[in-house]
Amino acid sequence: VTSSELPAVENLLREAAPQVLGMLVQRHGQFDACEDAVQEALLAAAVQWPVDGVPDNPRAWLLTVANRRLIDAIRSEHSRRERETALALAAPADALLMPAPGDNASAVPNDDTLKLLFLCCHPELSAPSQIALTLRAVGGLRTGQIAAAFLVPEATMAQRISRAKARIKATGAVFSLPPAEQRGDRLRAVLHVLYLIFNEGYTASSGTDLQRRDLTIEAIRLTRTLRTLLPGDGELTGLLALMLLTDSHRDARSGPDGVLVPLAEQDRSRWNRAEIDEGLRLVADTLTWSEPGPYQLQAAIAAVHAEASRAEQTDWPQITALYRVLSLIAPNPMVTLNQAAAVAMVDGPLAGLDLLVPLEQDERMARHHRLAAVRAHLLEMAGDRESALSEYRRAARLTTSRPEQRYLDLQAGRLG
Amino acid sequence: MKYMLMIYNRPGFVESLTDEERKYVFGEVDSIMAKLTESGELVGGQALADPSNGRTVRLSGGQVAVTDGPYLEGKEQFVGYLAVDCESLERAVEIAKSWPDIRLGGGLEVRAIMDEAGAEM
Repeated sequence: VTSSELPAVENLLREAAPQVLGMLVQRHGQFDACEDAVQEALLAAAVQWPVDGVPDNPRAWLLTVANRRLIDAIRSEHSRRERETALALAAPADALLMPAPGDNASAVPNDDTLKLLFLCCHPELSAPSQIALTLRAVGGLRTGQIAAAFLVPEATMAQRISRAKARIKATGAVFSLPPAEQRGDRLRAVLHVLYLIFNEGYTASSGTDLQRRDLTIEAIRLTRTLRTLLPGDGELTGLLALMLLTDSHRDARSGPDGVLVPLAEQDRSRWNRAEIDEGLRLVADTLTWSEPGPYQLQAAIAAVHAEASRAEQTDWPQITALYRVLSLIAPNPMVTLNQAAAVAMVDGPLAGLDLLVPLEQDERMARHHRLAAVRAHLLEMAGDRESALSEYRRAARLTTSRPEQRYLDLQAGRLG
Repeated sequence: MKYMLMIYNRPGFVESLTDEERKYVFGEVDSIMAKLTESGELVGGQALADPSNGRTVRLSGGQVAVTDGPYLEGKEQFVGYLAVDCESLERAVEIAKSWPDIRLGGGLEVRAIMDEAGAEM
């Protein structure tokens, strides 16, 4: 059963998961074991609730089940050391953990969610581990759902998660907010993980990959939650705006036959108006009080696109100016590629091609399909049909993405 | 990124090994598989039976023809594969370099697996 068929139960589970986990870790201090216990409770709920109905207090239900599983785990772990077991079980955990009357699963997120995010996005973990653990521990997704979204066997994903937890344990990281002087860097790491989760879902081919689409929804949901906790972080607001403005293109970004449609050719009436309005509001707001960072600048660029009701009305000088700032504060080959495409719209294709020259000298980038694709586009604009054709063909060979290859083959076919 | 490591070796390779070589090959394979499972990089992998147990299907004179044996005749045959999900091509090559067939006359071809995801340009 996919989440899209059961949105109500899924939403309850996902909102409650980090809160239940936070309370368990607060009480027992063993992130590793607590996270397993919560996962088991989520699995039990995912099986039972659709059949038996959602309990009156879903969070209390999850807490009780997770707590019982945790105690079972502690008990079996300590079976040879009964004295310790007695100590661990001395406090009536259920009573301590019971939520206050009137408390329910839609209770507002608290610092526990933040602490969990910092822990799951620990800089000692690899990106795939950070992503997997964040989706499970903070997002409340089950291992099977995460594995399906990343198209790997469930056992592989389970192993990635337990390895990540072992790594966290080894670093001695604890369930607390990082010290103030590290907070900024650690938050950037969290934002990066949320951004990667979003991208995984967004780039999935539309229609066919519901489980990957789920990643986009989850990334936006987690970023929104985080923003209620840290409303004063400009980059966090910028990231949320960027996600919304990007996601607003979802229905227009591929044709009925699954072929990718470039921004300039998208049917803008199919853009999601609600997401655009919210994204624009967030961008406008954050730029008034925050020092612009990379996410805010990318969101601002997306906002300029969103404001053009037709591609011809795009304010390219404004976009070029934003890319110039972005390339100064966060230089990166992908920024240069986009900057070159924007510059070409203002100063002509040759000016754009000039910007690409340094990338062609970089061994890694020289073999990147995106560089070949942008070169092809600019060469075509410049009227050099033959070179454009050969660059489109080269880009099609270099990409490992099937939809991109199809798009590039079509461009080559158009010229050839 | 997902990669397929395609293993090539001469047919009958395993039978031709001495006990010591066989122990080395299977020991290495077990250890690599265990490491890849532990690292969460393993997607799958299988050894293939001798090509004499297989058939090749192709169009011949406008007809679908089925013949005994491998698709490509050659000293080396496709004998198995390993699918991994790892950080980079370099990492996939590193895994390939540790595969024992290389030291016993075989070789591996590392190929990126096409992704169904893609970004509009």
